[in-house]
Amino acid sequence: MLDATPSTHSAREALRINPAKTCQPIGAMYAALGIHGCMPHSHGSQGCCAYHRSHLTRHHKEPVMATTSSFTEGASVFGGLANMTQALNNIFTIYNPEIVAVHTTCLSEVIGDDIPMMIRKAYDEKIIPEGKVVIHANTPSFVGSHITGFAGMVTSMVKHLPSRAGEKHGKVNIIPGFVDPSDMRELKRLAREMGVPAVMFPDTSDVLDLPQTGKYVMYPHGGVTLADMKTVSHSLGTIALGGFTSTPAALELESQYGVPATLLELPIGLGTTDLFIDALHKVGGVPVADSVAWERGRLLDVMTDMHQYFYGKRVAVAGDPDHVISLVQMLLELEMRPVYVITGSSAPRFEARVQQLLEGRVPEAVVKQNADLFDMHQWIKEAPVDLIVGNSYCKHIGRAENIPTVRFGFPILDRMGHRLFPTVGYMGAMRLIEKMLDAMLDKKDRECPEEFFELVQ
Amino acid sequence: MRKVAIYGKGGIGKSTTTQNTVAGLAEMGRKVMVVGCDPKADSTRLLLGGLAQRSVLDTLREEGEDVDLSDVRSPGFAGSLCVESGGPEPGVGCAGRGIITSINLLEQLGAYNESENLDYVFYDVLGDVVCGGFAMPIRDGKAEEIYIVCSGEMMAMYAANNICKGILKFAESGKVRLGGLICNSRKVDNEKEMIAEFARRLGTQMIHFVPRDNDVQRAEINRKTVIEWDPACNQAGEYRSLAKAIEGNTMFVIPKPLAIPELESLLMEYGLFN
Repeated sequence: MLDATPSTHSAREALRINPAKTCQPIGAMYAALGIHGCMPHSHGSQGCCAYHRSHLTRHHKEPVMATTSSFTEGASVFGGLANMTQALNNIFTIYNPEIVAVHTTCLSEVIGDDIPMMIRKAYDEKIIPEGKVVIHANTPSFVGSHITGFAGMVTSMVKHLPSRAGEKHGKVNIIPGFVDPSDMRELKRLAREMGVPAVMFPDTSDVLDLPQTGKYVMYPHGGVTLADMKTVSHSLGTIALGGFTSTPAALELESQYGVPATLLELPIGLGTTDLFIDALHKVGGVPVADSVAWERGRLLDVMTDMHQYFYGKRVAVAGDPDHVISLVQMLLELEMRPVYVITGSSAPRFEARVQQLLEGRVPEAVVKQNADLFDMHQWIKEAPVDLIVGNSYCKHIGRAENIPTVRFGFPILDRMGHRLFPTVGYMGAMRLIEKMLDAMLDKKDRECPEEFFELVQ
Repeated sequence: MRKVAIYGKGGIGKSTTTQNTVAGLAEMGRKVMVVGCDPKADSTRLLLGGLAQRSVLDTLREEGEDVDLSDVRSPGFAGSLCVESGGPEPGVGCAGRGIITSINLLEQLGAYNESENLDYVFYDVLGDVVCGGFAMPIRDGKAEEIYIVCSGEMMAMYAANNICKGILKFAESGKVRLGGLICNSRKVDNEKEMIAEFARRLGTQMIHFVPRDNDVQRAEINRKTVIEWDPACNQAGEYRSLAKAIEGNTMFVIPKPLAIPELESLLMEYGLFN
């Protein structure tokens, strides 16, 4: 399928081929689903909303509900106020959510629709029933990526939902970043193991990983509740995971309500998870639980037992900036060589951080933000790698170049494990190690000469 | 910080009036930032002494998203600060979106932060409020007082009335208010009286009547505001008066736009029967 990719890398300015990112609204919609009883609303034409829903459904294998302002030619010319008003009226009448989280599309952004004004009007005209809430995030896709949209909606949650009134309580806020429901479930488990009462937002566990009960529920039992969101302004502190996805919201909480922010990278691998556990210990004021220390010990054991198969292996990594920054650290912990490291998002800080990590350790590494999978493919053609780690779109390169490919990040459209098992925490690291090792050893077992075909590895 | 937007019909003299008024305020020791919201990027020429400035959107296009405030903001006459939003070439792209982008960028860069100690920000907006983008300066508390530049010519009054409809729309749900009409005289018969009456019917005031004077054109040829070009001339005094009137203004209203027959009867009354 990618047989025609020229084998020498050439610089490109204006063209992206096989982008490694997607639209802002997808991130905003995903964040909104992490609020209990929330209807995400897309202010634009229907096609955007349909695509965003189906993309999330393909990744999570769950139905994703969202409404749209259904722009037509008329709305594009005259502005979307009438459509928004009608939509909010319909949504609260027919679907009765607790909260509607509005995001925009390229069309409504270009015509300059003023969303806060529209929402204020809807409050004034009592279209939004008493006690219900509407929040919004601006998500023009001609800037940023799904990561920007996610961060925007999480920041909007913090701007609109907490209450100034109330008293300090002993809970800790955790902002998990753009990770899967299984990851959010794992982060909450770690906090529980440590004995730290946590409020996680957004929280898509028990929203997008539902048990099969034979019954459809429009608003599943998961998600951060509005009651909990009201009190995040009085928590002990906020642990924000991911500089691109979670930091803006944590800083907003800190500046608006004085909730101290601990800014961390995603806990993927040993070192970054240690920092997360350390933050739970410090912010929550609890000792590190034995059970967590033992989990860590099991991870360390696997890393040392299998070190010989990882050492020196060349890896190409593609994904979202927060994910990749942490994954690169994990690969270095295994003494692998992340030689090609890209993100599709526009993120200058990403390059600086990854280069800092790789400096002196992988001098041949190429790091690029605002890159695409075509870049990565060409570099792989120039000097191959032993492993590719990235989302499902990387499989085309894996097939063309006969390189084992491990699914990681968003979206994963052709495998299922991410729905059930985490990649964060010590358990997540063990799972990633297993997947990477299986992929590399399966290839070896399939292709190596008989004298190297080992029963025991 | 007072947040002021100047609107009015194309060619009525918004940019000239804005810059001369800003010169008056700056001369009084006020710290003023001017944000030109016109794709032609000619709103700060007199304060800067020429069309020297690179616009926000040009800077974004050439430098990517890593932009500093000093890349897009230049110091002008008497300590004023000048920004040009800029925009696409005529006939392509979307100028309205350009204004949204550049005002968002200025906010991100902290141009409005308290640490900047601004007394005023002036938005000079092109022509009419034709789309959402050109309404950006009056959205969401960005500008809170509007002055409309007009003259006694029918089309200028017609445009002013139309702009009032835009203000009305945003005033209902926000803080924006009309501060008055600035009559930039075209030497139309009964102009002063007519605009004063027009203002009264809109529920506002004529905050100042700026007489027509060729010194304005002479100063423009020299790329200067009148106050800088000849501080002693009569017209410099007029702009100082306008600046003082704005400084002391307390009349901020939600306008009541006129129905077209009423607007036309006003013209008949003052324009013809004399």
